[in-house]
Amino acid sequence: MGQNVAFFLWDCLQYLINGISQGSLYALVALGYTMVYGIIRLVNFAHGEFLMIGAMCGYYALQAHLPMPVAILVAMLSAGLLAVVVERLVYRPIRKSGRIPALITAIGTSLFFQYFGQLTFGADPKTIPPFITEKIYNFGEVNVSNVQLAIFVITMLVLAFLWWLTHFTKIGKAMRATSYNLQAAELMGINTNKIISFTFFLGAALAGLGGMLMGYTMSVEPMMGMNLGIKAFVAAVVGGIGVIPGAALGGFIIGIAENLVAGLYKSSFRDGVSFFILILILLIKPSGLLGKNTKEKV
Amino acid sequence: MSLILELKNTNTHYGAIHAVKNINLFVETGEIVTLLGSNGAGKTTTLHTISGLQTASSGEICFKGIAIHKLPAHKITALGLAQSPEGRQIFANLSIKENLEMGAYLRRDKAGIADDLKYVYSMFPKLLDREHQLAQTLSGGEQQMLAIARAFMSKPELLLLDEPSLGIAPILVSTIFKAIKEINQRGMSILLVEQNAYLALNISHRAYVLTNGEISLQGKAADLLNNSEIKKAYLGQ
Repeated sequence: MGQNVAFFLWDCLQYLINGISQGSLYALVALGYTMVYGIIRLVNFAHGEFLMIGAMCGYYALQAHLPMPVAILVAMLSAGLLAVVVERLVYRPIRKSGRIPALITAIGTSLFFQYFGQLTFGADPKTIPPFITEKIYNFGEVNVSNVQLAIFVITMLVLAFLWWLTHFTKIGKAMRATSYNLQAAELMGINTNKIISFTFFLGAALAGLGGMLMGYTMSVEPMMGMNLGIKAFVAAVVGGIGVIPGAALGGFIIGIAENLVAGLYKSSFRDGVSFFILILILLIKPSGLLGKNTKEKV
Repeated sequence: MSLILELKNTNTHYGAIHAVKNINLFVETGEIVTLLGSNGAGKTTTLHTISGLQTASSGEICFKGIAIHKLPAHKITALGLAQSPEGRQIFANLSIKENLEMGAYLRRDKAGIADDLKYVYSMFPKLLDREHQLAQTLSGGEQQMLAIARAFMSKPELLLLDEPSLGIAPILVSTIFKAIKEINQRGMSILLVEQNAYLALNISHRAYVLTNGEISLQGKAADLLNNSEIKKAYLGQ
């Protein structure tokens, strides 16, 4: 009996560790959703496709025998540049048309790139090797791989970088100002279109990074952005969309919950649990865990 | 005297609404000019048309002799025209100091920025006390001070102020109007939109009255203070 409890606890710890690693990846992707939403109140459903295109470009960079760090850079840059072009050509012209047209446009853009991916890259899944040679360490009954650790550390570094950017640099403060009040930011002389482009670039580049880190657990294929994108979007909403630490918190919660449920109960409930949490949060605190209810002072 | 701002036959439409009708208006360098009018007369729209938040449908707007009516707002700010917008519109999620830094966003002269920061803090000591707090913690009057200070930080040649006394305790109103007068004496031209006609006319050189989007009356502030129409409509006499 005592032994069973011990095994159960070891299992829980293992799923927790797996969940933190997977949650880190959700967090990386969720950051892009949350930053873009924060600045122009647009749910960018094409965000997952930026990730996919980035990962595809990274895959071809590896095929061309470029080293892994360069391939990661290629993935980040191509996702980022694609996002800038899409924002300029697709989202900017309809920015003042209201939220529903923007939402439908985003869904259309997402579909466009899914089929564009099938046309150009083919529908067959492609594999990316782990970004570092995998080593597994045993702690009692628990296994931790250096890849899992590295993913967590990279995510933490990205979060620290974003904190530094938004609080200690001019462009970062301008991003916060623009997200709070675009019109007033424009009056300060801030070129808000540039700030929006930069935000799209940054968010998509992080998705590209996520796509490459993810390559070792899941294959790269044109539909990958949809599955992952929805999870990351759920993470962003659970944490409080528009709030950067919220995206990280949401990512970890979804990642951990999925792994615990899949490991301890049934793996077919893996996807179900994320949406269960989403519905629960929307019922209890619609603005998300760290989201603020906006109120205006008179 | 040279003209710093000139509106020639300017029209602005909000969709189907013709909000500003054929306005001719000017501000001379060094002046405080007040724009009076009742709610919905088109005062804020006029300011927005000048600062570029709203596009003029026809006519011409010149700032320092440069046509600005087709420029985006941030380029107009870069030319030296700042606006403290209606309802203050401070960045509540930024600290007070960060708000002021955003005001100085386009400036590169660090020493000059530091001097101006000291100056606005001397005008509004409350802002210095709470420098590192989020702007959302300020009272309405303090937020108004911050909005004016923030616009001042861009070191504009012309400052547009939209309703600086709206919804503010009387004691703070006098602080704010003293500051406006002082800023003007340092050489900044000011175009003021105000509902408190008595206070505004007292510190202004000239004034315009807007009625239904048209200029119905204009003249020296001192003359308008004694104008019977103004007295009846705006001064409650």
